[in-house]
Amino acid sequence: MNTKKKPGKELRMKDKKLIIEEILKNSETQKYSSEIEKELSGLKKENVDKTTIYIGAGTCGLGAGAAKTLAAVNQYIKDHKMDAEVIQVGCIGLCSAEPLMDVKIPGKNRISFQNVTAAKAGKILDEILQENLPEYGILAQFEQAGQKEWVNVPYLHEHFFFAPQKRLVLENCGIVDPVSIEEYIARGGYKALLNTLKTMEPYEVCDLIEKSGLRGRGGGGFPTGKKWKMAQANDADQKYMVCNADEGDPGAFMDRAVIEGDPHKLIEGMAIGAYAIGATKAYVYIRAEYPLAIERLVKAIEKAKEYGLLGKNIFGSGFDLELLIKKGAGAFVCGEETALLHSIEGRRGMPRPRPPYPSDSGLFGKPTIINNVETFSNVAGIINRGADWFSSMGTEKSKGTKVFALSGRIANTGLIEIPMGTTIRDIIYKIGGGIPENKKFKSVQMGGPSGGCVTEKNLDIEIDYDSLLSVGAMMGSGGMVVMDETTCMVDIAIYFMDFIQRESCGKCIPCREGTRRMLEILESIATKPTNGNGHDTLHRFKGITQLEKLGKVIKETSLCGLGKSAPNPVLSTLRWFREEYEEHVFERTCPAGQCQNLRVFSIDVDKCTGCTACVKKCPTDAIIGARKKPHFIVESKCISCGSCLETCKFDAILVS
Amino acid sequence: MDFIIEVNNNKIEANKGETILTALERNGIKVPTLCYMKNMFPTGSCRMCVVEVEGRNDLITACSEPVYPDMKIKTHSSRVIESRKMIVELLLSNHPDDCLYCERNRNCELQGLADTLNVRERRISGRKNNYNIDKSSSSIVRDQEKCILCGRCVRVCEEIEGVSAIDYINRGSKTVVGTAYNKGLNTSSCINCGQCIMVCPTGALHEKPHSPEIEGALEDPEKTVVVQYAPAISVSIAEEFGLQPGKDMIGALNAALRKIGFDFVFDTSFTADLTIMEESAELIHRIQNKGKLPMLTSCCPGWVKYAEEFQTDMLENVSSCKSPQQMMGALIKSYFADKKGIDPGNIYSVSIMPCIAKKFEQQREEMTHNGINDIDAVLTTRELVKMIRKYGIDLNNIEPEIADSPLGMRSSAGKMFGASGGVMEAAIRTAYYKLTGEELTNFRVPAVRGLEGRKEARLNINGTELGVAVVSGLKNAADLLEEIRNGREDIHFIEIMACPGGCINGGGQIIGADDEAVKARMMSLYDIDDKDSVKFSHKNPYILELYDNFLGEPLSHQSHKLLHTSYQKREVML
Repeated sequence: MNTKKKPGKELRMKDKKLIIEEILKNSETQKYSSEIEKELSGLKKENVDKTTIYIGAGTCGLGAGAAKTLAAVNQYIKDHKMDAEVIQVGCIGLCSAEPLMDVKIPGKNRISFQNVTAAKAGKILDEILQENLPEYGILAQFEQAGQKEWVNVPYLHEHFFFAPQKRLVLENCGIVDPVSIEEYIARGGYKALLNTLKTMEPYEVCDLIEKSGLRGRGGGGFPTGKKWKMAQANDADQKYMVCNADEGDPGAFMDRAVIEGDPHKLIEGMAIGAYAIGATKAYVYIRAEYPLAIERLVKAIEKAKEYGLLGKNIFGSGFDLELLIKKGAGAFVCGEETALLHSIEGRRGMPRPRPPYPSDSGLFGKPTIINNVETFSNVAGIINRGADWFSSMGTEKSKGTKVFALSGRIANTGLIEIPMGTTIRDIIYKIGGGIPENKKFKSVQMGGPSGGCVTEKNLDIEIDYDSLLSVGAMMGSGGMVVMDETTCMVDIAIYFMDFIQRESCGKCIPCREGTRRMLEILESIATKPTNGNGHDTLHRFKGITQLEKLGKVIKETSLCGLGKSAPNPVLSTLRWFREEYEEHVFERTCPAGQCQNLRVFSIDVDKCTGCTACVKKCPTDAIIGARKKPHFIVESKCISCGSCLETCKFDAILVS
Repeated sequence: MDFIIEVNNNKIEANKGETILTALERNGIKVPTLCYMKNMFPTGSCRMCVVEVEGRNDLITACSEPVYPDMKIKTHSSRVIESRKMIVELLLSNHPDDCLYCERNRNCELQGLADTLNVRERRISGRKNNYNIDKSSSSIVRDQEKCILCGRCVRVCEEIEGVSAIDYINRGSKTVVGTAYNKGLNTSSCINCGQCIMVCPTGALHEKPHSPEIEGALEDPEKTVVVQYAPAISVSIAEEFGLQPGKDMIGALNAALRKIGFDFVFDTSFTADLTIMEESAELIHRIQNKGKLPMLTSCCPGWVKYAEEFQTDMLENVSSCKSPQQMMGALIKSYFADKKGIDPGNIYSVSIMPCIAKKFEQQREEMTHNGINDIDAVLTTRELVKMIRKYGIDLNNIEPEIADSPLGMRSSAGKMFGASGGVMEAAIRTAYYKLTGEELTNFRVPAVRGLEGRKEARLNINGTELGVAVVSGLKNAADLLEEIRNGREDIHFIEIMACPGGCINGGGQIIGADDEAVKARMMSLYDIDDKDSVKFSHKNPYILELYDNFLGEPLSHQSHKLLHTSYQKREVML
């Protein structure tokens, strides 16, 4: 317990600073004076002297209404003249339970509430502050040393969503105050950086990372230590470390959550990496669409500088590191490393051929290493706990854990971190809670627009880089979109193809022109042909073979990884759901009922009253009939827009 | 040769560090390319040059991939050919397909590839992009529908010329090459050098045609139609008529132009001599009166506009002399009109230039007198060739003629203007004479000859140390001027040409001429110089006569009025 009673804010800041400096100075031994030991649990907020309320205020939480909850909580505190602290934390991962509110009463375990809308917040606080459990909204309690537990409240680590997870990258997300460097340090942060600077040579760091088996989490899975070594071996007056936080896949949001929830972990990882390769300048390339992540990262960098953890001569080691943020305008292709480098240089984000690889000639022509957020966030842990510890997790060729963004037709959407080797089935049915509304599972799309589908038959494969590739999917950056029987695979292919052809940088011909033609073919498959126009018919019949041929050429000849993987969503759905395509082509029906433009409309003569309401709405004059007599739809004129269906008051329009 | 690689089961020699493409080329194996530009960093955008490399899953671009010992390559396997073919078909699926109406019909790389790869069927079709043709520029017409986005124009504009008037805009299938904010080319910093046209594989870029207007003037009985041709023209057309590249066609050219119907045929090399008289006088004046140095030449209208946009602090260094085209234009509508008693308003003055920036220069306000343009229309070499064909003239069976006097008589010094370094060499010859009163006994200045982007020489003329430099390609010019800004003082006179190698490689020249052809043109000019009896501009009797009868002396009042100009700063959107 803090012995000083209500110290002035300034004084307290100063104390904190002294304490932190003391901790950092003793990073190697980790032996602190008893006074500091005492302070530590306070900094970690395991032990508080006043009520602390946490609001899950990541972008996902805010989207679910966390800002209103936050306002309501602040108002509550004001109204009740409470002495309480409100902390905005990042996302804990369980997005479907947002907004989340945690309450920590002095002496008691921190307790977490789900779906806390502004209206519910007051009622929950009324109860819990009296140490009564409210009737609804309880998610779990945290296990905190020396604190009294809540009876009959499950522990978070036993919760079915969290129990199968192994949270290393996400360990602090949604739990700590992301902008508080003190809390991060109290929880062991920056220890890895300081110990590295004090005790390790750069090549030793590279060796250690290589030995741990860490592979790039951005998609390709290149061994990180090996990559670092390439730049480390290059002699240059300037080298760069770059973090690729240009997360652009639809359905992927792990980088955002990590930066919003625990920015210091990224900074520490980057600083260690920069030291390992000999870079004195580092960039975080982050999309401007992530304002909250940028805001928190900016604050975190400032704080790190304040404590001398970034900047000149870090902790007297002689190592300098300047960390800069470069905001990207959101082009998908800027996630490709050479395009990303061009973008930092102020040029148009377009990939270039490799070699030369960035480790030889990267940013401004200097040796450069690019890793993504999750990769960097793994580094400090490996330094602290050793390569063997890290490589003990996972499969033979893929070590450690992987963060996935779980979305789509699944009960618990959110952000999860699992050890490599977990089966997809476990993710979907244990962590994800299965498919809602008793629908049948159909497929899970993995790896975003570059990835592919995993079907029921492959659900038991153990996730790693290679196993996913073997079934035509890929790790990608970790998006998992679950689909059930109501999803049309042609529709999904159209969605991704539309995305990729719009986001193609336009440089190389196969990607630019090929993806556009593939999209046109898909669209023609999913559209009823209008009066047999030559090209339409041609497309439909040639469609599938054409798609495969185009896909092969685009895959084999495109310039960059994005182009090479652009046909994957189509090739993968074609591979596993060929019958569904064929039904679209030959039967002209969409089994899932999603392809609106394929619907065939007719009128039930028994129900039609001849009111003519549909006639007036039909945009193509496809409905004929005399007033007060049953009407008919001329199929060749119908464009399947469905306006008659919406208009009819007598349920006389039949859809097939 | 460093090691052996295996290509199509044959062993060939390769060098460490070179790309597959260069190794193949040296060994006579041709793989098609579109975006590839010699001596420039590969961009890998077209994917035409893909080959199979053993051990690699994907196809590899030969232009960018370095060779390694025992590399096994297949350049024409069915897998490779089918991929190349499909890439061409994909381009065609978004191409207007109007070859018969196209400027580049039979001289189009896309057409050539489609033929080579035997594309005979429309396997891929779909929506095409529709764009308006940009005719806003005085010199260049852009048809974006024909653009295949190989990026060669973008690179030449940035990397050779340092202008960057164009770049890629938009993403995906909506990508286009355009100017800032995708406005007309006239709003951009384009200097009209036309090097973009020279590298364009299709009909997406071509010069603004002036021939229809000229044909109208030729039919007009009121008009006296006068034509001049630039020094480089006569050595640049032979290959178009089945002859050896570089062959001097001057006699046939004179005859052909008269057959087409031009009333008088003059040689711009005459006013090149005149330029030397004025420019060397200006240089000596600057040196002797501590004027702004180094002096920069002003013959190249592309360079002049570039200076007005990007080198505005050096505008005072640019010689005030008009270009030979405009000197000739001014003389035709004054001296010549007086002499012949023709109303200048009834003279239609045409110039034939290896250049498209001349089309811009001709429209400059400074290049008019009493509201009448000194030059009325400019034809490029390409347009000239088309006109000769159109008028049914068989250049191989034509009796050679000589140009009209006096504006058609030149020294070989004036003729050298066609090659990079020619202006400098001609100026040195005359400046030497003016400073020493003696002729150079060895008239050749080899240090300024050749196709290199930058050449420098140091001369000692009667104890006066003169440093000269010759640059072509404006990126080279910008680099040199930056050195001068940073304190270099040993250079007094710089010849600057926008096009690499000078006018023999100008933006109005025949498209598809290779390095060898350009070199042949240069050799031909120096051959003429070797053989000619009058090798000095100041020895050209017609020039002396012109000064005696009309201009007085170099830099006289009359000279200033007709032959000199001024420059303006231009705003550039950066």
